[in-house]
Amino acid sequence: MRRGVGAGAIAKKKLAEAKYKERGTVLAEDQIVQMSKQLETFKTHLEEFASKHKQEIRKSSQFRVQFQEMCATIGVDPLASGKGFWAEMLGVGDFYYELGVQIIEVCLALKHRNGGLITLDELHQRVLKGRGKFAQDVSQDDLVRAIKKLKAMGNGFGMIPVGGSYLVQSVPAELNMDHTVVLQLAEKKGYVTISEIKDGLNWERERASHVLDHLLKEGLAWLDSQAEGDPQYWFPALFSELASRDVTPEEANQMTP
Amino acid sequence: MDRFTWSNGLLEIHETLVIQQRGVRLYDGDEKAKLEVGIVMLTTHRLIWRDQKNHECCISIPLSQVIFFEEQAAGIGKSAKIVVHLHACPANKEPGPYQQSKFSYIKLSFKEHGQIEFYRRLTEELTQKRWENTPASQPIPTATGSQAGRTRAVGIVGIERKLEEKRKETDKSISEAFEDLSKLMVKAKEMVELSRSIANKIKDKQGNITEDETIRFKSYLLSMGIADPVTRETHGSGTHYHMQLAKQLGDMLQAPLEERGGMMALTEVYCLVNRARGMELLSPEDLVNACKMFESLKLPLRLRVFDSGVMVVQLQSHSEEEMIASALDNVSDKGSLTAEEFAKLLGLSVLLAKERLLLAEKMGNLCRDDSVEGLRFYPNLF
Repeated sequence: MRRGVGAGAIAKKKLAEAKYKERGTVLAEDQIVQMSKQLETFKTHLEEFASKHKQEIRKSSQFRVQFQEMCATIGVDPLASGKGFWAEMLGVGDFYYELGVQIIEVCLALKHRNGGLITLDELHQRVLKGRGKFAQDVSQDDLVRAIKKLKAMGNGFGMIPVGGSYLVQSVPAELNMDHTVVLQLAEKKGYVTISEIKDGLNWERERASHVLDHLLKEGLAWLDSQAEGDPQYWFPALFSELASRDVTPEEANQMTP
Repeated sequence: MDRFTWSNGLLEIHETLVIQQRGVRLYDGDEKAKLEVGIVMLTTHRLIWRDQKNHECCISIPLSQVIFFEEQAAGIGKSAKIVVHLHACPANKEPGPYQQSKFSYIKLSFKEHGQIEFYRRLTEELTQKRWENTPASQPIPTATGSQAGRTRAVGIVGIERKLEEKRKETDKSISEAFEDLSKLMVKAKEMVELSRSIANKIKDKQGNITEDETIRFKSYLLSMGIADPVTRETHGSGTHYHMQLAKQLGDMLQAPLEERGGMMALTEVYCLVNRARGMELLSPEDLVNACKMFESLKLPLRLRVFDSGVMVVQLQSHSEEEMIASALDNVSDKGSLTAEEFAKLLGLSVLLAKERLLLAEKMGNLCRDDSVEGLRFYPNLF
């Protein structure tokens, strides 16, 4: 007698499938109802937590880091939506979204000068200044998280590792590995020459030239062809606060043209 | 061990605690020190050690005394240690537990582990040398001799105690917060697992989950901040919330868009809207998801993504042809234009002016002259 094949077997299989499907339907619907209930319970727990510790989030950047890391570990993004529980009840949302606004504004204000590239340090300092004396302190980690969220809106927000910290890019300029590496080389002095690139990175002149041209075009680099020796390519983004100073229009007029 | 001085264990004004570890025994060179097991604390300025049972017995050494340090792996019956090599004693060193020692190094023996993190933080502190930036204020005068009798300036005792209490309270509230946070995360994880199970069922089309239920499920995901690629594929990322938002934006952005030539970068919209709201701000993703619904809701706005990745909101009335025609007109009029010049002409941001010129170029109406002096556009006569 053959088994498994034949009308009987097929019919039996179909019956099993139907039963499984039926059970599947009940389970899935059930689960959504279950989730709705569990959500209410969770909301209560979160409210309780918020009533006790909401201040901690605002006051302690260490706590924020821990909070974010735990959320990431379990697969939750507390900053995804202003309508999420986390944002609503813990106020994490407003903290980071407002920071996002401040970051965008600083980057926009300085773009004409640095081409849309700024060190995380300088960004941090300027955001803090903009927030005023009585505002909550923000850490660089806070800025990094806010920037990560801004990426959703296109516009090329990104971070380039340079000299132990980061450069924050706020324009959609295309920067590949070559550009990044030249920026890293220029970090110590704020400028770089073609010879330095050739020696330091072992590139040919043409490759170095090509990369520097691109950076010039994107407005990220300025050329000083009057420097002694090799022309120097300067990166405003890398100018340290100590070496540069904001100049008023009156002062600028008094300087030599 | 003769480098240590007696200490009251309280932190100075600019000194912060970096890490502490229980269950640490000190060694003078290779010999066990005549001290019990205690807690070692690393601050921005010092290494402090305090006897676990007898809190009065507390000693410290400035980090500036450290030459270098190394790990000593644990062995059978031996705890892991960190060996710390020290400079010679300064002449004016305050009294400590040892008058002299033949060794110029000490060891920290971690009987309850913790050496990995301690080693890491010690490395950080000795690299950063934060004590050099903010020198600790003059330490409050402490021991004059033996372990037992200690004199302090009167009046300071009360202040010290208050500071210590406050510090303990803060520590306590933070550690309580962390505990509560961990418990909360356990519950959140359950929600994540449940949602994954549901999402899988939806994907495998097991059973008849109605449209309504799927939409409800998506709103649950939104509340929890859980991303779900499955429902996003079939139903998009928007929810009722985003639909409402889209309508609000439709009203709110009309005038600003008109003022700005019919187009605004999404980051500009984000700032505008959130500054207006003041609180209950929108997340970047909320904004994007709402804008994606403009078309299906038949609102007169559109979300548009340029090749460069720049995202804008534009008035539907400002059609592509119009924009290109206007770009061509302006460029022909002036002979040639850069993005900056075009921006000034139209009162647009440079970013958007550039996008328009690029668009016109893409359609063949303009061509470029790309040099280190800038990117300039000319009417395309080819």
